[in-house]
Amino acid sequence: MIHIIQLFWDWITQSANWSGDDGIPNRLAEHLWYSGLALLIAAAIGLPLGLLTGHTGRGGFLAVSLANFGRALPTLGILVLVVLLYGVGLGPVLTALILLAVPPILVNTYEGVRGVDADMKDAAKGMGMTGRQVLFKVEVPAALPLILLGLRTAAIQIVATATVAAYVSLGGLGRYIFDGFQRQDYPMVVGGSVLVVLLAVIVSLGFLALRRLVVPLGVRHREKAV
Amino acid sequence: MDLHGEPLVRWNWVADHVDLFATLTRQHLFLSLMPVLLGLLIAVPLGVVSVRWRWLYPPVFAAANLLYTVPSLALFMLMLDITGLLSPWTAIIPLTGFTLSVLVPNVVDGLRQVPDPVRQAATAMGFGRLRRLLQVELPIAVPIVMAGLRVTTVSSISLVSVAVLVGQGGLGQLFIEGAQKDFPTPIIVGIVLITLLAAVFDLLLVVAQRLLTPWARTRRGTP
Amino acid sequence: MIRFDGVTKRYADGTVAVDALSLDIPTGQITVLVGPSGCGKTTSLRMINRMVEPTGGTISIDGEDILSKEPAQLRRGIGYVIQQAGLFPHRTIIDNIATVPYLLGWDKKKARARAMELLERVGLDLRMAKRYPFQLSGGQQQRVGVARALAADPPIMLMDEPFSAVDPIVRKSLQDEFLRLQAELKKTIVFVTHDIDEAVKLGHEIAVMAVGGKLAQLATPEELLAAPEDGFVAEFLGGTRGLRRLRFARELDAEPAASTSEEP
Repeated sequence: MIHIIQLFWDWITQSANWSGDDGIPNRLAEHLWYSGLALLIAAAIGLPLGLLTGHTGRGGFLAVSLANFGRALPTLGILVLVVLLYGVGLGPVLTALILLAVPPILVNTYEGVRGVDADMKDAAKGMGMTGRQVLFKVEVPAALPLILLGLRTAAIQIVATATVAAYVSLGGLGRYIFDGFQRQDYPMVVGGSVLVVLLAVIVSLGFLALRRLVVPLGVRHREKAV
Repeated sequence: MDLHGEPLVRWNWVADHVDLFATLTRQHLFLSLMPVLLGLLIAVPLGVVSVRWRWLYPPVFAAANLLYTVPSLALFMLMLDITGLLSPWTAIIPLTGFTLSVLVPNVVDGLRQVPDPVRQAATAMGFGRLRRLLQVELPIAVPIVMAGLRVTTVSSISLVSVAVLVGQGGLGQLFIEGAQKDFPTPIIVGIVLITLLAAVFDLLLVVAQRLLTPWARTRRGTP
Repeated sequence: MIRFDGVTKRYADGTVAVDALSLDIPTGQITVLVGPSGCGKTTSLRMINRMVEPTGGTISIDGEDILSKEPAQLRRGIGYVIQQAGLFPHRTIIDNIATVPYLLGWDKKKARARAMELLERVGLDLRMAKRYPFQLSGGQQQRVGVARALAADPPIMLMDEPFSAVDPIVRKSLQDEFLRLQAELKKTIVFVTHDIDEAVKLGHEIAVMAVGGKLAQLATPEELLAAPEDGFVAEFLGGTRGLRRLRFARELDAEPAASTSEEP
C-alpha cells in the first residue's frame, strides 16, 4: 500500500507527465469527454423509457430482464468485438459504453416510479391530477433517489469501461495502464490506475452531493441502500 | 463492417477448440465464483455485527460504497504489486471486494427488515440471541441477501474477464486472442459462453432461493 | 344531491362488485356506506369521482351526469380522503394541503394562505406547516389529509375509511373534530367504513351493504338499530352490539385522557 502511494507520488510529480498529448490534463479531458457524452446519451434513452414503463407498469419485466442481461455482458469482449467489426473510433466505443449504461438507468427509474406508494398515487389521481401531473409532480420526485442511484451506477460503469476502452486504442486515463504495462513501466501503470480510482470516487461523491441538492428532504429519509 | 471476407463465426474453429473452451470455463468459474463464496463468508458476519453495533455500520457502508465505485481494472493492476502476475489472487481479491460492496448492505437491509414483533416473539418464546439469529432473523433476510448474491454472481462472472489483462481471465483469453489476430470467432464464443454461464448460475440461485424460502414466492428482489 | 341510479360494476372476470345500486345521497349531510369487506362500499365511493368507471347505470350530481365532465376536472371539485392519508412525502405539509388550489391555478400566496387557515381548522399547530409528512404522527397525517381535501372548498367530500389506520383514542378525537367541522361546513359527505360504531356515530343516514354489492338497508342510525330490515343487517349489527356497549363504556372511562393523548 505504502509502496503504491510512493510510486504514484513519484510518477505524478514528474513534470513530463503534465504536458502534451500524453499528459495528464489531456488524458483526463479525453476520459471525461467520452464518459460524459456516453452518460448523457444513455440517460436520454434510459430515463424516458424508465419513466414510461414505470408509470404504465407495462414492459417492466422486459426492462428488468434487460438490466440483468446487461450485467452479464463482458465489457472487454463487447469492446474488442465492436472495434473489430466497426473499426477504432469514438463511434463504436461510445456505442458500447452506452449499451452498458442504459440498463442500470432504465431499471432503477422503472423500479423507482413503480415503487411509489399506491395510496399516494390514488390520492393524487383522486384530487384531479392528470396522468402527466401524477408522473411529474408525484412519481418522479418520490422516485428521485432511485433515479439518481441508477445514473450513478451508470456513471461508475462508464468511467470503468472507458478505462478498459484504452485497450482498443482509445485515449483516456486507461492509456497509462496499457502503455505502462506494455513498456513494463509499473509506476506508469500505478499512476493511471490511481488516477482512475480517484476519478471514479470523485464522480461517485459528485452524485451523492447532487442527491443532497435535488432530493427533497421528505423523500430522503426513506432511501434504501443499493 | 470490414472483415476482409472473414465470417463472423468460423464454425470449424469452434469445433476444433472445444477442449480449450472447457479448460477456460473451468478457470473462469473458479476465478469468478471464489470471490462470491469468500464475499458471502465475510459479508454475513460483517453484516450481523453491523446491525448489532449500529455505530459500526456507517464506516462499513462507506467502505462498501467506495469498493463498489472503484473500477476493477485499476484494482487488478494495483494488486500486481502485492500478488504478482501469476497468482489467481490478483483477480480474486479485488472481485471479493466488489462482492462485499454489494452483499454487506444487503445483509444489513435484510436483517433490519425483520419485523420487530417477530423478533420479540422469538425472544419471548425463549430463543437465545444466537439461535434467534440463525433460526429466525437470517432466514427472513434470505430473499434480500439472495438478490444481492444474484447480482454479484452475474457481475463477477462477467467482470473477471477483464482480469485477463493481468494474466488471469479465464474465458477472457478468448477476447485477447481474437483482438490480436483480428479474428471475431473467439470473441463471440467468449461473449456467448460468459453470458450463458451468468444465466445458468442466476437460474441456479433462483431455484435455490425457491427451495430455501418457500414462504416468499412472490417477493420481488432488489435490482 | 348525489344520485346512484341502477349502478353496476362488473369486472372483466365476471365478479360483480356493485349490483344495481340505487341510492340518493342528500346534500349537506353525512351518508355512511357500511358493510363487511367485499360488499362494494369502496367501489361505490370511487365511482363518484370516476376512480372506477361503472359498467351500468348512471351517477349524477345535482342532476348532472358525472360522465359529462372530464375526470380530472370532476375530481378537483370533490374532496377525497383515504385510509393512509396518501400524503406526498416530498412536499411540506402546507404544500400538501395546497395541492388542489395549485392544480386549479390559484396563485401561490392565496393557496398558502388558504392552507394555513385549514391547518388551524383541523386543529394542527401552525408550526407544522414547514414539516414533512414523515415528521408527523398517524393522527396528524390524517388531519392533514382532511385539510387537503377541504382546500379548494369542494361541496362534496369522499372519505374512504379515513380514521381506521389510527388507534382508537386518536380515532375518537378525529371523529369528534370531524363532526364539529361538519357542523360548520355542511358538506355533502360520503363516508365509507367497516365499523358499525363509527357509522352510527357519524352518519345522518347509513347505507348497509351486503357482499355482492347489494344495498341491504338505508336508514337513519336510530331506525337501523331499532328495526334492522333483515337477517343480514341484524347479524351485522348484532355481532357488534354487545361489543359496542362495552366500548362505549370504555370510551367514557378514557374520556379525560382523550384530549391530550394524540400527540406523541
